Amino acid sequence: MSEHEYTPKSKVGKWFNDRLPLLTLANHLTDYPTPKNLNYWWTFGGILTFCLITQIVTGLVLAMHYIAHADMAFQSVEHIMRDVNYGWLIRYIHANGASMFFLAVYIHIFRSLFYGSYKSPREVIWIIGIIIYLLMMAAAFLGYVLPWGQMSFWGATVITNLFSAIPLVGEGIVTWLWGGYSVDNPTLTRFFTLHYLIPFLILGLVVLHIWALHVPGNNNPIGIDIKKPSKDTVPFHPYIVIKDGFALLMFMIVFAFFVFYTPNILGHADNYIEANPLVTPAHIVPEWYLLPFYAILRSVPDKLLGVIAMLSAILILAALPWLDTSKIRSAVFRPLYKQFYWILVADVLILGYVGAMPAEGLYLLIARIATAYYFLHFLVILPVLGFKERTTPVPLSITEPILGGSPNLAAVKKKDSFKDQ
Amino acid sequence: MEKKTKRRDFLFTATYAVGAVGAGAVIWPMIDQMNPDASVKALASTEVDVSAVNPGKTITVLWRGKPVFIRRRTPEEIAEAKSVKLEDLKHPEKDEDRAKNPEWLVMLGVCTHLGCVPLDQKGDYNGWFCPCHGSHYDTSGRIRKGPAPTNMEIPEYKFVDANTIKIG
Repeated sequence: MSEHEYTPKSKVGKWFNDRLPLLTLANHLTDYPTPKNLNYWWTFGGILTFCLITQIVTGLVLAMHYIAHADMAFQSVEHIMRDVNYGWLIRYIHANGASMFFLAVYIHIFRSLFYGSYKSPREVIWIIGIIIYLLMMAAAFLGYVLPWGQMSFWGATVITNLFSAIPLVGEGIVTWLWGGYSVDNPTLTRFFTLHYLIPFLILGLVVLHIWALHVPGNNNPIGIDIKKPSKDTVPFHPYIVIKDGFALLMFMIVFAFFVFYTPNILGHADNYIEANPLVTPAHIVPEWYLLPFYAILRSVPDKLLGVIAMLSAILILAALPWLDTSKIRSAVFRPLYKQFYWILVADVLILGYVGAMPAEGLYLLIARIATAYYFLHFLVILPVLGFKERTTPVPLSITEPILGGSPNLAAVKKKDSFKDQ
Repeated sequence: MEKKTKRRDFLFTATYAVGAVGAGAVIWPMIDQMNPDASVKALASTEVDVSAVNPGKTITVLWRGKPVFIRRRTPEEIAEAKSVKLEDLKHPEKDEDRAKNPEWLVMLGVCTHLGCVPLDQKGDYNGWFCPCHGSHYDTSGRIRKGPAPTNMEIPEYKFVDANTIKIG
């Protein structure tokens, strides 16, 4: 990335670096030129890394005490809560950690939507991110099954039954997923295995996500291409490290509030009842972070189409770089997009709210309108807006609005040549 | 020269084909191990004593990990189930085909939408109502309203004697 080749100062360092250039990598990461106008919405990448590591570490510890067997799983979770030293703390961090992870990822995704970070040349970063998000949902769902409470059991039943909507092979796939004729012990053991596996897949993808980010470099709040390194950039260390660190501390305060003061508020009381295949809880709801998609599923009266709508709602995000036809990245210079952006935010929040409510009457109507609008935003509004919208002037550089001129001489020349005409 | 290339092409194709068969032979056991195993299949049938079930009562038994409803229907319920016109049904099935002995309705207590257990004697058709996503079933367990695509399934069963039903 950087133009100068890095050479370690010490002889040993040089000897090692010639054989495995880890020090070059470390140097790249510390010197990595970062736009100097990054705001706090950019700190969630670091926060998410923290969340992933927290989940992996607490998860490893829980796996030392948890027993993946239909007859013992529920007891072993209570054993963790009551008998294991600090078991309550570790489990509450892990359970609330999942919610915190999703909170951070939603802010991260909506940051990207506002500042157009998914646009060229960052499409691959975005798509890797969507895959990570899908894997996060899978990991969260699988993990929620492990305590083998009523919500675990019936959540697993409902979600695996989504596959039965597939024509012809659906029933076979569901039996295969279950390893039986209902959710039972074989289902639990394989869910545990996969729940253990997925975080490491996510870790690998995070490395690719960051690698792909370091090719074009960060987007920034005004969404312009900047020259790197220049007056428009600061080195990652110490500037961004300190800023990320401070944001992480603030985030940890919120995290700790949930863990220590309301550790069960984001869960369901029904999950403290052991799984019973004969009784379905009166009101099944997924965890809060899946509610918008659950609302979309329920808003369609047909089983197969409902499942297709729900999956499309997620997968449509992968096509976003091509659905958004605007060349301008940041919403700061897109007066109309900015309004539609906030309508979309409201729409998703409404979907989340009706997803938690019974699917009948007014709630169902609202869910249907909100679902229709969700797809309208991506399939109609965004493609059309790119052609119709009158954007406001974009500065040539981050420093230009304050100092005039630009460290990017090529851009200045281009602007001057516009003046001449 | 041309002949040589052809011979090599053949060898490549043959190698790929054998390789693909080999890969498939390795992958299939890895996939099939997730299907129901012998111990799960061994639990395929169960016998239930229904002598204590009075008309208008339902018992629920577990078969293959799933609930089975055994309902002794009242004459009104039977009449209601029989009076429905087939064209009014989303999944047309005659009540006679679902309950060979009209007094006894034996069916999987599993909603055909996403697998929840419907509640007895609830809903708009005096049959079952699924609390998960609001499917209504009639007194014959047929879907009448809501997202479920088909009627509740009738498992294979027979009366071993007057008071015993064998499911599976």
